[in-house]
Amino acid sequence: MNEKEQRHSKDVKCLIWDLDDTLWHGTLSENPQVILKPGITEVLESLDHRGILLSIASKNNFDDCWRKLEELRVAHYFLYPQISWNAKSAAVDIIGKKMNIGLDTIAFIDDQPFEREEVGSTHSEIQCIDAGDYLNLLNYPRFNPRFVTEDSARRREMYQQDIRRNEHEQQFSGPKEAFLATLNMVFQISDAGEFDLQRAEELTVRTNQLNATGVTYSFEELHFFSNSDKHDLLVCELTDKYGSYGKIGLALVEKRVDAWQLRMMLMSCRVMSRGVGTVLLAYIMNEARRNGVKLRADFRMTDRNRMMYVTYKFCNFYEISNDGTGNIVFENELLQIPEYPDYIDLRINRNAIWK
Amino acid sequence: MEVREKIRHFITANFIISNEEADVSFEDHENIFSLGFVNSMFAMKLLNYIESEFGFRVDNDDININNFKSVDNMVLLVNKMRGALT
Repeated sequence: MNEKEQRHSKDVKCLIWDLDDTLWHGTLSENPQVILKPGITEVLESLDHRGILLSIASKNNFDDCWRKLEELRVAHYFLYPQISWNAKSAAVDIIGKKMNIGLDTIAFIDDQPFEREEVGSTHSEIQCIDAGDYLNLLNYPRFNPRFVTEDSARRREMYQQDIRRNEHEQQFSGPKEAFLATLNMVFQISDAGEFDLQRAEELTVRTNQLNATGVTYSFEELHFFSNSDKHDLLVCELTDKYGSYGKIGLALVEKRVDAWQLRMMLMSCRVMSRGVGTVLLAYIMNEARRNGVKLRADFRMTDRNRMMYVTYKFCNFYEISNDGTGNIVFENELLQIPEYPDYIDLRINRNAIWK
Repeated sequence: MEVREKIRHFITANFIISNEEADVSFEDHENIFSLGFVNSMFAMKLLNYIESEFGFRVDNDDININNFKSVDNMVLLVNKMRGALT
């Protein structure tokens, strides 16, 4: 793989569109009767269904464009549209931050070489695509996630729920925790069932910041673990009054006689601000203590997952081995376990009670 | 502002309060995590704040709840790191 292929190798999470002569034929400011390019709606619909988020970076008047997008019945596909006279490199940066995704998972499509060059030279991680190739987008490997899960098909909707939550949060005044209590959050921990495994694989591939080991297990491996009596594969789902966040966390516990070992632990970045990052970990700590075993955890340090390191350390895990290249094993005597936050309703849905 | 005041100010502005009716005031020696709970987001914010405000990177060995559990202990950590730099 050459350098460029390596740089543009991750699955695309978001495709950012130019409008004039990319999404539609013509220039809106010159011709109010612009029409969508043929087949565009189908392309948008397919990408949306695959869980690829769509956004806009266009140099235009916001209100005029948005009215036109609504009239063309495609406005609902786009999140955080950046329609202004600012540089597109700044627009894509804003979109990445708002979505909380890495620039290396963003692609940008524009008919103008100048704009592609401006974005690409500022952010080499972003793949820039010539608008002339739009009918071919659905065939790009980076636009073909291995599985399309229930959560991926609902991804845009979940982001739209988040936008409503954030508006609600901005209007709220008072302690952060009092706000969280107004969300009526339900945090459910279950054994991963057959249906969860695809989402579980997707989570391992998509999660970086809150991934303890960076290990990405395949569907087949996860299937093995979910049927092994030496392992527990747990998924958690978060729901609140705005709807479900979907399956947002995953843990793989290897159960040995003397100790349990967390082989994988990850939480979706989408729930970071919800104060639920330690709930799954605290649950496993409690179960290990109840079974009279120590808990160990594998950890692989990357430049993105320091928050996970901090989480373990603040939960009283300490390093028992560190090979100096980022591979760490933690251990915990389980003398102190963090409390579950008051503002969540924790529900445990296990197939069998741990012995 | 002194190190102590800066840290106090940051915590007051960002702390998640465990009980709505609880008094938000806290003493410099008090364990702020026993007032609430360990929250990944807050722990990370605290660490990022200390590093960016005082201009050093906290070693992994120093990332533990003891060093961050009270204003007093964070002041000690900052002074120790500053001492190591000079």
